[in-house]
This record gives sequence, C-alpha cells and structure tokens, in this order.
Amino acid sequence: MLNSDIFRVLTLQDYNTRVVLCGTMLFGACGGIVGAFMLLRKKSLVSDVASHAALPGIGLAYLILEALSPGTGKSPVWLLVGAAIGSASGLFCAGLIQRTRLIKEDAALGIILSVFFGFGIVLLSVVQSLPTGSAAGLTEFIFGKAAALTAADVTTIGVASVIIMLACGLLFKELSLLCFDDAYAAALGWPTWWLDLLLTTLVVAVTVIGMPSVGLLLVVAQLVIPPTAARFWTDRHSVLTIIAGVLGSLSSAVGILVSAVIPRLAAGAVIVLAGTTIFLISMLLGTRRGILWNWLSQRESHRRIGQLDLLRACFEVLEREHSSTSGLEGDPGTMPLTFEQLQAARSWTAARLRSILSVATSDGSIRQGADAQYRLTSEGMRLARRATRNHRLWEMYLIHFAQTAPSRVDREADEIEHVLAPELVEQLEELLEQDRVRTRLPPVSPHAQLT
Amino acid sequence: MFTEFFKRLSVWEGIDTWIAVTGALAAMACALPGTWLLLRRQSLLGDALSHAVLPGIVLAYLGVSWMEEIGWLAAPATGSGAARVAEGMSLVARRQLALFAGAALSGVFAAVLSEVIQRWGRVERSAALGVVFTSMFALGLLLIRLFADRAHLDPGCVLYGNLEATAFNRLGDTTIPQAVIVNGGMLLVNALLTLLFFKELRLSTFDPDLAAAQGMRPSLISVALMSVTAATVVAAFESVGAILVIAMLIIPAATARLLSDRLSTILFLGIVVAAVGSVLGHVMAITLPAMICSRLGMPQVEDASTAGMMTVAACGCFLLAVFLSPRHGMARAWYERWRLKLRIVREDLLGGLFRREEAASSQPHAANRQATVGDPVRLSWFQRLGRQSLIRQGLIDSGSHGDSLTESGTAAAQDLVRSHRLWESYMARHFALPDARLHDTAEKVEHFLGPELQAEIAAELDQPTMDPHGKVIPTPPERL
Repeated sequence: MLNSDIFRVLTLQDYNTRVVLCGTMLFGACGGIVGAFMLLRKKSLVSDVASHAALPGIGLAYLILEALSPGTGKSPVWLLVGAAIGSASGLFCAGLIQRTRLIKEDAALGIILSVFFGFGIVLLSVVQSLPTGSAAGLTEFIFGKAAALTAADVTTIGVASVIIMLACGLLFKELSLLCFDDAYAAALGWPTWWLDLLLTTLVVAVTVIGMPSVGLLLVVAQLVIPPTAARFWTDRHSVLTIIAGVLGSLSSAVGILVSAVIPRLAAGAVIVLAGTTIFLISMLLGTRRGILWNWLSQRESHRRIGQLDLLRACFEVLEREHSSTSGLEGDPGTMPLTFEQLQAARSWTAARLRSILSVATSDGSIRQGADAQYRLTSEGMRLARRATRNHRLWEMYLIHFAQTAPSRVDREADEIEHVLAPELVEQLEELLEQDRVRTRLPPVSPHAQLT
Repeated sequence: MFTEFFKRLSVWEGIDTWIAVTGALAAMACALPGTWLLLRRQSLLGDALSHAVLPGIVLAYLGVSWMEEIGWLAAPATGSGAARVAEGMSLVARRQLALFAGAALSGVFAAVLSEVIQRWGRVERSAALGVVFTSMFALGLLLIRLFADRAHLDPGCVLYGNLEATAFNRLGDTTIPQAVIVNGGMLLVNALLTLLFFKELRLSTFDPDLAAAQGMRPSLISVALMSVTAATVVAAFESVGAILVIAMLIIPAATARLLSDRLSTILFLGIVVAAVGSVLGHVMAITLPAMICSRLGMPQVEDASTAGMMTVAACGCFLLAVFLSPRHGMARAWYERWRLKLRIVREDLLGGLFRREEAASSQPHAANRQATVGDPVRLSWFQRLGRQSLIRQGLIDSGSHGDSLTESGTAAAQDLVRSHRLWESYMARHFALPDARLHDTAEKVEHFLGPELQAEIAAELDQPTMDPHGKVIPTPPERL
C-alpha cells in the first residue's frame, strides 16, 4: 500500500473509516464500562456465554424472517433482536441448571455456551442449504466484519451505547454496591435481584452491539481486557470505570486503523490484540499494581530497611564499645567502626554490607575516613538513635503486653520496626511509661537487662 | 411421521457409520478428562484450554505443510495393501505428533501466562483466564486469516469441525478414517491413564491436602491432567472444532454426575452418554432438519451439521437426566413433594372429620351426630383428590347425609389426632407458649410423628389422657 493511502486512512479522510471508527469506539467504551462492573462481580466470563448463546437466536431469527417473507432474512435489526433473545435465554438456562445444585456455575456456563453454539451451528448449516441463504450474512456475526459497518448500524450502536452509558451513570452507586457487597445492598432493602438483572441485561446489550464489529467469538475480550488493564492504574472504582471505557475505545481505534491499513488482517482479532497490547503495557507500567512500579517500590523499601538495619548495627556496636567510658553523648566522629565489626553485628554478606555502606555514605549518614574506618555523622547518629529506639520500644511492648519470650522479640521487632510511624512510637512510650523512655536515649536493650 | 423418519434414516451408508463412530470416539475420549475437570470444578479451564491451543495448532499445521513442501514429510506413496496402511499410519502419527506438540506448547504457554498475570498482576482468576484465552484465540484466528491458503484451514472448521469430511480422510486404501485411529488412540490412552492413576486422581480431586500429605503431588497431577486434556482436545479438534469440544468435555460428565454419586459409575456413564449422544446426534442430523424444514416449506434442506447436532443430542441426554435422574432428578423431587402434599391433605381431612364427629357425639341431639366433611364444592381440587382416594381406600363412607369415618378410617384418624394432642401436651410442658399457639406447631408436626416418637412422648408425659385444651387424647384400638 502506498504511503499516501496510509496517510489518508490515518487522518480519517474516508467517510467510511470515520463511520466504522465511530461505531467500534462507542462499543469499546461501553464494553469497558460494563466490563468494569463484571470484573468486580467476578463474572467476567458471563459475556462469553452470552455471545455464544446468541448464535441460535440469530439463526432462528433469519429462518423465521425467511419463512414469513423470503428475502428479508438479513435485516440487521431483527437479527440483533434475535441475538439478544438468544443471549438472554442462554443466561436464563444457565441459571436454571445451577438450581440442580450438583452442577456448579462453571460447568453450567460451559454447557450453555457449547450447546447453544452447537445448536446455532446446526441452524447455520440449515440456512446454508437454503437457496437464498449463503450463510455469509450470518457468519459475519461470528467473525465480525467491522469494515462493513454502515451508517445505519452505527446509529443503532450509538443509540444503544448512549442508553447503556446513561444506565451505568445514573445507577453507578447502586451497581457499584451490588458488585462490592450484594449482601449489604440486600440488607439495605435495595432490589438486588432487579439490579443483577439490569447488569445482565447491560452485558447482553453490549455483547449484541459488539457482534457486528468484532464478532461473537471475541466480544468477550472487550468486556474483560480493558477493565483488567485499567485495574493496574487505579484503586478507585469510578476512575477504573472511566479508564476502562477509554482503553476499550482506544483498542478499538487502534485495531480499526491497523486493519484499514493492512486489509488482510481481520479487524475483530486486531482489536482484541490491540487490547492485549494495552493490557501488557498496563501490567508492566501501571501506577497502582504494575510490575515495574511494584518492583521499584519494593526495591526502595528494601534499600530503606537496609539503611535502618545498618544504622542500628552501628549504634549497637558503639554502645558496646563505649558503655564503660563516656557513653554516646560525644562527637560521633571520634568513634570509628571497622568493616568487620559491622559485619559481625548482623548476618550480612560482605557484598551486601558494602552496597549498604556505599548508599549510606552517599546519603551522608556515614563517612569513611582515610583510615578505611567508618564514622557516623551527627545526622547519622540521630537516625541511628531513632532506629534503635523504635526497635527496643517494640521489643519492650512485645515482652510486656504480648507475652512474647524475650529470646524471640528481636526477630519479631526486626520485622515491624521499619514501619513504626511517629504517632505509634508516641503511643508505645505512653504505654510503657518508663522513665528511661522519656530521655532521648533509647531504652536499654531488654537483652542487656537479661544478661 | 415414524415412517418418514425411517425412510430418511434408510439412506444410512457405511460412511455414516464411520461418521458416527468418529464422533463417538472423540466424545468418549473427551468424557474421561472432562469428568475429572467437572469434579474439580475446573470446567472453565477446559473451555479456556480449547480456545488457547488454537495458535499452536495453526502454527503446527503451517509447519507440517511446510515440511511436506520441502520433502521432510512425504505424501503417501503408491503401493498396495499392508505397506500403504503402515505408511499411512506413520504419516498420521507424524502429523498428529506435530499438532500435539504445537497445541501442548501453546496450552502450556497459556497456562503459564495466566498464572503470571494472576500472581504478578494480582488479577482475579477468571479475568486472567479471560484475558489470556481471548487473546490467544484472536491470535489464532488472525494466523488462520493470514495463512488460510497455506494451512488448508477454514475458520469455520476451526470452530465446529468438519466431521463429515474427516470421515472421508481415510487411512491408506482401507475404509477406516484417520480420525478414528487418532481419537480411538486417545480414548485408549485416557482410559489407561484413568485406570493407572485412579487412586491419585480421586484423592487429589476430593482432598488435595490429604493427597499432598500422603506424598502425592497434587500440583503435578493437575498439570498432567491439563496436558492430557489439551492432547484430547487436539485429537478431537479436526472432527468437532474448538467450541463444540467444550460440549464433549462437560456435558457427558455433567449428565453422569446427575445420574450417580459413585465416582467409578460416573466415569463409566460419562463414556456411555458420550457414545449415545454422538450416534444419536448423527441420526438426528440426517433426519430431523429435513423433516422439520420440509413442513415449513423449505424442502431443499437435506441434513445439518453432525457436530452441532451431537451437542444438541448430548444436551437432550443432559436434560433427560435433569428431569428423570433416579436420585437427583426434578421429576422425582416433584413426585416426592406431590406425594407428601397428598398425604398431608388426606390426613388433614381425616383429622377434621374425626374432630367434627367428636364434637357431634358430645352434643345431646342425636340428629346432629352425622358429621360431614363439609360442602365438597368448597374443597380445593387437591383436597377433592385426597377425599376421592380416602373413599376408594375405604377410610371414608360418603353417605347421602355427608361423609363419615369407617372403622379403619377412625383408627387412622385417632392415630393422627393422638400425635397432634400429644405434641400439644409436650409443647405445653416444655415451652411457655400461649395455648392458642400450641395448635399451629402441632398441626405441622402431627404428620411426622411415628409410633416410636408417640410412645416416647407419651412415656415422658406419663401416659396423658387429656391435652392442654382439655380434650381426650385418643388411643387407636390396635394399641389398647
């Protein structure tokens, strides 16, 4: 394809591209929004069943229309109505099957999905043997044919998506509560049964309007992938819903444009794979749960814990060294520490200790003198004092209030000392009410008292 | 109608037998792993797996046709008899091996990917599965569209197979279709694995913790089950396609589950249902659509997709089981409920009649001694049914003045009223209930007190003769 053609497509100069783009983006947004509710309700795959169950509805609608007046079978509106009826009755039957109690939800959904689809295949093969009925118009519903969307189709999709979005917007609070805690919603006296029915209806509606563009096999992707991707960016449900809508229409747009540039690619599959790409990017870079972000914050907290451990080790070594003489009130610059002393204080490998020390040096809490010995700076001394104090406060708390054996408190305090907030430290002080605590010195280690 | 059915069925030929056998073998092979998946509540995983293996299969098809092109895999040579069959066999084996490898690779890839998404991204399980299997399915469809001319894969066949065509794809110059060998082999392998690892599978399915404590490795068993499922799906793929194979995995197992509570019986019944459903499916495919459509003015319709009809037939078996299963069927539940309701209505009628006769006998006027069951018109249809059965069994006499209890009727009624009044006495002794409330509970409990409970209550209350309302507690004649 010529570059000028690609340029034409990408700048939306074709009326047709604009129409198709509009229709699929609206569907993408609706799919993301409704899918966000289904994700929280942990029923993401319901729409998969809804879409497969639509096939016999489509086939029957065609056959009935043909039987009534031959040649009118491919009226898109009636086929969509048939699809909606098929989906709804599929979900209804799945509910019935679950009432046998021996067949659980997953099996019930699988049965409905495959049986309805199988019946649909039977009907399609019947349609195919009719003289009027190359099943071409119907297989489009299976695989989708976004490029063939007409302005009339897009108007239908547009009206439906405005209604869907309005319903989601007006009943946002109610639907959210249903998804988070349906028992609570029922206890408040809300009609949860009707709300659930409404949500299912919305799913069916989205599934049906998506069928002409992405096809019934892949419709479910537009309800599952964008909300799951959006989950990596936020913890707020309202924001999640909006992001899911945006990502949904973004993936639709990308898919349509790519398949317009390369016509051999089926639009439905490209839309889904565009969504998958967005999902993978979100999973890597997302600000709330993204892998990269998690890794960075874990590394940061690992670093911080290393620093606090180092400072406490310094303090404890110095405390031992100088307990008989002047105490620790003097200038920390006069109190050198060797690498070996520090390494003996905790179970650090030499490499780990060296890296922690270099971080501490660059932070300015420790200086390395010309004699290769380390000295705390006054700022370092302050931090070390605080770290030791937190540790010992928590140890005291464990011994006095949690009945922990003194020999075990060190390990447990080790885990929590890094996350003690200043307010918590104050509370601990009040609780322990020890005179020693009120001084700026750390309390004596309970282990020292024992020995 | 039946003559038409048999007329349409009479076109059955050898090839139809092979189609039915192929479908039955595929379904039976799927039924075994499907049962385990169902019992482990992992049916959704089978669903996801059957979608996710698509790109692997497409790539394997491409690889095979590429290898045939460059001559690594020769097309069957001319020859005769056993030599050609053997060559055909080895060709099938090699091709199937490539497909298994491709499918297994993409199945494992999908499993690992969804695990990674679930763990690293902290995404809920079904959503993670949904993301992975729709993406891989889309990728597979895209590959088919791109290389359709080279892989000889029709997107339609991928979804619902082409059972009719696979039956023509024969082994050498025999009439045995290749798919029979492939699916029959898979069935044998699955049956063998189930027999060999029955204990491990059973324990890890019902109590994975105990299995782990006994030194089995539930996670390993789970992975093995997944791999076998993937292989079975691939074997059945050519015949029934990616979506209908889900029906083969789930429906026979679900049907068998409704019919029995014993594991070995469920496994066996699953295979039987699979076979019956498949054969029935082909019979239906070549008869029903034509019969229905010719009446609707569409005589052109000859038959319909066998694979699709097989799922419909299997679903028919499932529905039959839902209604008629001897232990869990709806019909039995309805029947039991109906019988209980009828018994309660009959007993209530007897009790009411007894009380009226009792009240009448305490009246001085002999003219009123004849009690009636009440105006029959005012009874509900169900009560009328109960009254009819009481008359038929000779518990009630319907005279011209109204109904009266016969001797055996009186005995039955006394038994019931005894239960009622004993329960009232018991409640009055042990619970601080107002007298007016005693009646309601006794009205319910009276139907369920057997002679043993009656005797126990009577013994505990020191053989009372009066109930709290001051009425006599009757004693049936045979217990005097």
